[in-house]
Amino acid sequence: MLKLVDVSVRYGSFKALHSINLEINEGELVVLLGANGAGKSTIFRTISGLVKPASGELHFNGKEIGGWSPDRIVKAGIAQCPEGRKLFLEMSVVKNLILGGFVHRKDKAEIARSLQHMFELFPILYEKKDQAAGSLSGGQQQMVAIARALMAKPKLLLLDEPSIGLAPLVVEQMFQTIAEINRSGTSVLLAEQNAYAALQIAHRGYIIENGRLVLEGSSGRLRNNEEVRRAYLGA
Amino acid sequence: MEVELFFQQIVNGLVLGSVYSLVALGITLIYGIMQLPNFAHGHLYMLGAYLTLFMMTMYGFHYWPAILVSVAVLVLIGMLLERLVFRPLHNAPHINSMIAAVGVMLFIEALARKMWGSDYHRLDSPYEDAISLFGLTITQQRLIIIIAAIVLMIGLNLFLKRTVIGSTIEAMAQNREGAFLVGINANKVSLLTFGIASGLAAAAASLAAPINLVYPSMGAMVNLKAFVIIVLGGMGSIPGAVLGGYILGLAESISGTYINSEYKDLAAFVILVLILTLKPTGLFAKEAR
Amino acid sequence: MKKNPVHNRVSKLAVPVLTLIAAAIPLLTSNTYYLDIFIKVFIWTIAVSGMNIIAGYTGQLSLAHAGFFGIGAYALGLLMTKAEMPFLPSLAIAVVLTGLVGSVVGVISLRLKGHYFAIFSLCVGVIILLIIEKWESLTEGVRGLLGIPIPKIGSLEFATISAQYYLILFFLILTLLVNRRVIHSLVGRTFLSIRNSEELAEALGINVMQSKILAFVYSTVLAGLAGALYAGYIRFLGPDIANVEHTFDMLLYLLVGGISTLWGPLVGTALVTVLMQWLQSWQEYRMIIFGPILVILVMFLPYGIIGAFVRRKMKRQWEQEMQENSIERPGMRDQRLAGGELDA
Repeated sequence: MLKLVDVSVRYGSFKALHSINLEINEGELVVLLGANGAGKSTIFRTISGLVKPASGELHFNGKEIGGWSPDRIVKAGIAQCPEGRKLFLEMSVVKNLILGGFVHRKDKAEIARSLQHMFELFPILYEKKDQAAGSLSGGQQQMVAIARALMAKPKLLLLDEPSIGLAPLVVEQMFQTIAEINRSGTSVLLAEQNAYAALQIAHRGYIIENGRLVLEGSSGRLRNNEEVRRAYLGA
Repeated sequence: MEVELFFQQIVNGLVLGSVYSLVALGITLIYGIMQLPNFAHGHLYMLGAYLTLFMMTMYGFHYWPAILVSVAVLVLIGMLLERLVFRPLHNAPHINSMIAAVGVMLFIEALARKMWGSDYHRLDSPYEDAISLFGLTITQQRLIIIIAAIVLMIGLNLFLKRTVIGSTIEAMAQNREGAFLVGINANKVSLLTFGIASGLAAAAASLAAPINLVYPSMGAMVNLKAFVIIVLGGMGSIPGAVLGGYILGLAESISGTYINSEYKDLAAFVILVLILTLKPTGLFAKEAR
Repeated sequence: MKKNPVHNRVSKLAVPVLTLIAAAIPLLTSNTYYLDIFIKVFIWTIAVSGMNIIAGYTGQLSLAHAGFFGIGAYALGLLMTKAEMPFLPSLAIAVVLTGLVGSVVGVISLRLKGHYFAIFSLCVGVIILLIIEKWESLTEGVRGLLGIPIPKIGSLEFATISAQYYLILFFLILTLLVNRRVIHSLVGRTFLSIRNSEELAEALGINVMQSKILAFVYSTVLAGLAGALYAGYIRFLGPDIANVEHTFDMLLYLLVGGISTLWGPLVGTALVTVLMQWLQSWQEYRMIIFGPILVILVMFLPYGIIGAFVRRKMKRQWEQEMQENSIERPGMRDQRLAGGELDA
C-alpha cells in the first residue's frame, strides 16, 4: 500500500537519504532497523510530508503523495507517532487525543467511539485523562502519543522509536500492544534501535545505514543473519 | 482628595492595561505560532481606530456598529497580510519577516496619512458622561473599556480552550510538528491567528480612541510597549501578555502621576532594559522548542 | 574554492578607480544640489556599512542604529558649540563616546537571542531618542542645537561644499578600506560563522559573545562617525535624526544594495537616494511605496543587487567545480539478503 521508489532527501547540501526503495503491504508490520542518525526518522518525516523529497516517488494506495502537505497525508490515512512524541504537553491527555482525531472532527460520535477504544487499549490514560500530558511518565506519554496517532484512524501507522527511554517491562507491553494494533487491521511501519523486540513482532524488516537501505528480508531471515546479529542483536 | 486621585490612577492604569493587553495578546498569539514579532501590529491598531472614526463620520454609523465594521475589516486585512506577505517568507531567515513587518508598518502609516491627513481627530463616543461608583466618579467610557476588554479576553480564552478550531492555535503554538502530524493545516491556523490578532487590535483602538484621539502615529508607542510586555511576560505566553499589560498600565499611570509625567513613556523601556539585563530570557520565559 | 582571477583584479581596482571618479566630481560640477546629494550618500553609506557588519555579517538585527547616529552627531555638536572644541578632537571623542555607549548596550543586549535582541535594540533606540528630546538643558531638545561651527583642521577650513565633500569622501574611503580588511580577515569570517550558526561557532571554540560585541561596537562606531560628520556638515541638529525611521531607511538601503556584501551599502544608499530625489514630485506617494518596496525586496531579492550578483557568480563557480570533480558517484545498489527473495 505504501511504496517508496528511489527516494532521496537532502538537508541543505547534506544528503540524508540515498535512493530509498521500500514497500509496505496491507496488513504488514514492517520494521526499520538502524543506528542513531542512520536515516530512520528522515524516512518517516518524508512519508508524513514534513520534509519534501529531493527526488523519487512515494505512492500510497495508488496516489503519488510526494510533496503533499502533512495534513493531506494524515487525511489520506497515514498517521505518525513521531520521535520525541511531540505531544501538546500543556493540554490534557483527552484533549491531545481529541486533537489526534482532528481529521475526523466533523463526526462527533465517531470521535467519542474512538476515544472509548483508546481508553480500552490504554486503561491508564482514562485515569489520567484530565491531567496535563506533560505531567505523565515517559511510558504513559508514549501511550498518549500512540493513541493520538490512532485517533486519526490511519490505514498505516508510523511509529518512530517508541521504546526510547522506557523501562524494559513497559517496552515489552508496548510491543505487545503494537502487535495487537497490527492484528486488528492497521498496517505498521516501526522504526527501532531495539532490534530484538521489534523483530519478534514484525513480518519483514529493512536495515538502514548512513541513509542507504543495506538489507531487507523477512523477520526470520534477518534474525538469523550473521551481520544483523552482530550489529544489532549483540550476539 | 487623596483617595479619589489614587482611585483615578488605578482606573487609568486599568484602562491603559486593557488596551495594552489586547494589543499584546495579538502580538503574542502571532508569535506563538509563527515565531514572528509583528512590528506592524501597532499600525493595524491605528487603522482600526481610523476605520471606526471613518464609519462614524462618513457614514453616520453609531459607535458599536462602527467598531464591528472596523473589526471585521481588520480581520480581513490581517488575513491578507498573512497570505500575501508573511506566509511566503515563512521559510526565509527570520530577519526577512521582521523587515517585511517593518515595510508593512511603513506602508500603513503612509496610507493613513495620505487618506486622513496628519491631524489629530476626535472620536466621539456616546459614553462621555461620568457615573458614580461607590462614591467615586469614573467616566462611562473608561468603565466600558475595562469591561469590554475583560469580555474579549474571556471570549478569547473560551475560544482557544473550548473549541476545536481554537485548540488548533494552541496546539500549533505548543508543538508545531505535533500539530502537523495530527492533520492541522498550518496555513489555516496562521490565517486565523492573524485575523483574530488584528481584530483584537481594532477593538482595542476603537475603545481607546475616544479618550486618546486618533492620529497616524498612535499605534507606534502602543506597539513598542506591547513588545515590552510580551518580552517581559514571555513571548507566546497569553497569561504573560495579559498580566504584563495590566502591570505596565498601572505602572505608567502611577509613575506618571507621582513621579514625573514627562518621562512616563520612558518607564516602559527602562523597565524592559532593567529586566532583560537581569534576566535575558524574560520574566516568564517559555521553553524554546 | 579557487577565486576567479578576473574577480580579484576587478575588486582590487575598484577602490582606486572609484576614488578617482569620486574625487573628480567636484571638479566637474559645482552644482550644490548634486554635491549635497553625494555628501549625504557618503554619510549614510558609512552608517549603513556599520549596520551591514552587525546585521549582515553577524546576523543580529539592531534597530537602534539611528540612536547611535544621534549620539555621534550630538556629541560632536555639543563639543564644538558648548565646549568650543576644535573639529578633529571633537570627532574623535564623538566616535569613541558612541563606541563606549555601544559597548555597554552591546554587553547587555547581546545576551538576548534573535527577536529579543531586535526588540530590545528597538527600545534602546527609542530611549536614546527620548533622552535627546527630553534632556533640554543639555541638548536643547526640540528647539534644536544650532550654530555648529565650520569644521577646521589646523588652518584648513572646510567652508565650501566641495571642501566638505572631500572631507567626507576621505572618511568614506577610509571606512570602506577598513571594512574590506575586516570582512576578508579572520574576524570577518568569524562573524559570518556566527551568523550561519551560533551553536556551531560556539562548538568550534569561537567566543561568540566577544565577537558579537566587537561587531556591535564597531557598527556603533561607524554610526557615530557618520552622525558626527553629519553634524559637521549640516551644522544644526534636531532630536529627529535619532528617530527610528532613519534606522528603517538605512535598512532599506542595505537590503537594496545587498546585505553582507562589501559594496552593498554604497550601491544601495546611492541608488535609493538618487531614486528618491527623482521621485521628489511624488513626495506624497514616496512613503506609500517605500513600505511595499521593502516587502517586495525582502521577498524576491533578499540579497540585494550586489548580493544577487555575487550569488549567481558563486553558483556558476560551484557548478563548474561539480563538473570538474564529478562528485556524485553512482549510487550503491541495495543489497538483498540472498535467501530473502526466495523465502520459503
